[in-house]
Amino acid sequence: MKLLVAVKRVIDYNVKIRVKSDHTGVETANVKMSMNPFDEIGVEEAVRLKEAGVATEIVAVSMGPAPVQETIRTALAMGADRGIHVETDVELQPLAVAKLLKAIAEKEQPQLIILGKQAIDDDSNATGQMLAALLGWPQGTFASKLKIEGDTALVTREVDGGLETEALKLPALITTDLRLNEPRYASLPNIMKAKKKTIAKLTAGELGIDVTPHLTVLKVEEPPKRQAGVKVKTVEELIDKLRNEARVI
Amino acid sequence: MVQLVLAEHDGDSIKPATLSALAAAHAIGGDVHLLIAGKDCGAAADAAAKLGDVAKVLLADAAAYDHMLAEEIANLLLKLAPAYSHVLAPATTNGKNIMPRVAALLDVAPISDIAGVVSPDTFVRPIYAGNALATVQSKDAIKIITVRGTAFPAEAKEGGHAPIERVVATATTGLSHFVSAELTRSERPELTSARVVVSGGRGMQNGENFKLLESLADKLGAAVGASRAAVDAGFVPNDYQVGQTGKIVAPDLYIAVGISGAIQHLAGMKDSKVIVAINKDEEAPIFQVADYGLVGDLFKIVPALDAELAKLKR
Repeated sequence: MKLLVAVKRVIDYNVKIRVKSDHTGVETANVKMSMNPFDEIGVEEAVRLKEAGVATEIVAVSMGPAPVQETIRTALAMGADRGIHVETDVELQPLAVAKLLKAIAEKEQPQLIILGKQAIDDDSNATGQMLAALLGWPQGTFASKLKIEGDTALVTREVDGGLETEALKLPALITTDLRLNEPRYASLPNIMKAKKKTIAKLTAGELGIDVTPHLTVLKVEEPPKRQAGVKVKTVEELIDKLRNEARVI
Repeated sequence: MVQLVLAEHDGDSIKPATLSALAAAHAIGGDVHLLIAGKDCGAAADAAAKLGDVAKVLLADAAAYDHMLAEEIANLLLKLAPAYSHVLAPATTNGKNIMPRVAALLDVAPISDIAGVVSPDTFVRPIYAGNALATVQSKDAIKIITVRGTAFPAEAKEGGHAPIERVVATATTGLSHFVSAELTRSERPELTSARVVVSGGRGMQNGENFKLLESLADKLGAAVGASRAAVDAGFVPNDYQVGQTGKIVAPDLYIAVGISGAIQHLAGMKDSKVIVAINKDEEAPIFQVADYGLVGDLFKIVPALDAELAKLKR
């Protein structure tokens, strides 16, 4: 079966972000960018399904200006077979991304789509659920275990109280949580091979999708800073402070 | 302007996260209706009716709504939503699972994890693990929102007697079904609503050592949490995780033990009232947000703290 994975280019998780001084957003110029860590887990899961003989082909999709091709190349180096780049300069919000991915899914007809549960930039945690809704597919969000059995995907999900397993009728959509797997590093030969794999280019117009944002970002600010407190020397001093100064115990 | 809040409940009672979502709905303004969806959840609806600030309780009691499967609950909300200006849910795993699905079906943009209400169409939400706050305005006719529990008070008001209206169940989709659950059983309070949280990080070295924190937690009436590093290392289950990708907590007292203070962990706890950090590395970033820091070996400090607290209890 064919798998579709979506990958987002985000500010690397190790970078301390800076809010722009005009409060229009977060500084992305000259900042290290990487694949969203949850999407990496999604690509890894897809590659493992292919290695296990469950999947036959993996298509990796990303959207945005030209540099997102680097992120698609990373997915190809990890083991995806080909890429699709939806080129746009519009800042895409989850609803628009879900609509674009739906249009691609209708062309490609995958049996399984895997996305990260959230992107670490806007922290929306929405695109997977929205795409599943638009396709009329079941969704297995926050997956920490995935098993394909015939026409069913058995998904173990990380929920507030522990774990929950659901059976989803294929075709289905999965969003990844941290413990699904540990993504591999692409080897040098695979990075070289990935350069020869194809990336098809599309535009939102060609897909017939209106990507106008429904949410307007009025401003982006830094949160109030928390001041560092004091160092105490002993356990007794700590307890005294907690009891008599902070009054929390 | 009438708003609908999707309740988080256990069949009998209303969970605190629901109260925070109600508080957000009241901050927006207008009448608030509360939806109890599930199977055999009449008792939860009765409890909801007693909440002081709910104008009406909707009860959708059907086998299809057992386990809050997103496919089924989203269709229910799709049917109810057109009567409302805003549909809110707590940003729990249920709320996060269901609400974007509803939003897509309505062709509107979901507004995830709001931490503030500026006006009925403008909200503040944390982005980049809470390292920035975005103020966003929605142009959609129906606002689909999840609410960050720690940002709104979870105060139960009493003495209400709202009418309970039964909702006719939507047809089941058959797309998914519940197989099993492995829920963490604990006598301790829930992590997201506990007044005190004791969390351990990689410095705990293994899962067995978390017993030290459990003992401490029991003396403080606290919940036990963990950093992502401790979860990744397999010390404790993922539902212990506090941080950007785990749970967001803001207790009166947060004690971080052997936690360095990675950005993604701070995102989950930096709104706590009082933060205590115990770490052997005095340069650890956790000390930059801690009100009280104690530098040293946690395997000496935690038992000593435990013993002192035991003395206080006597």
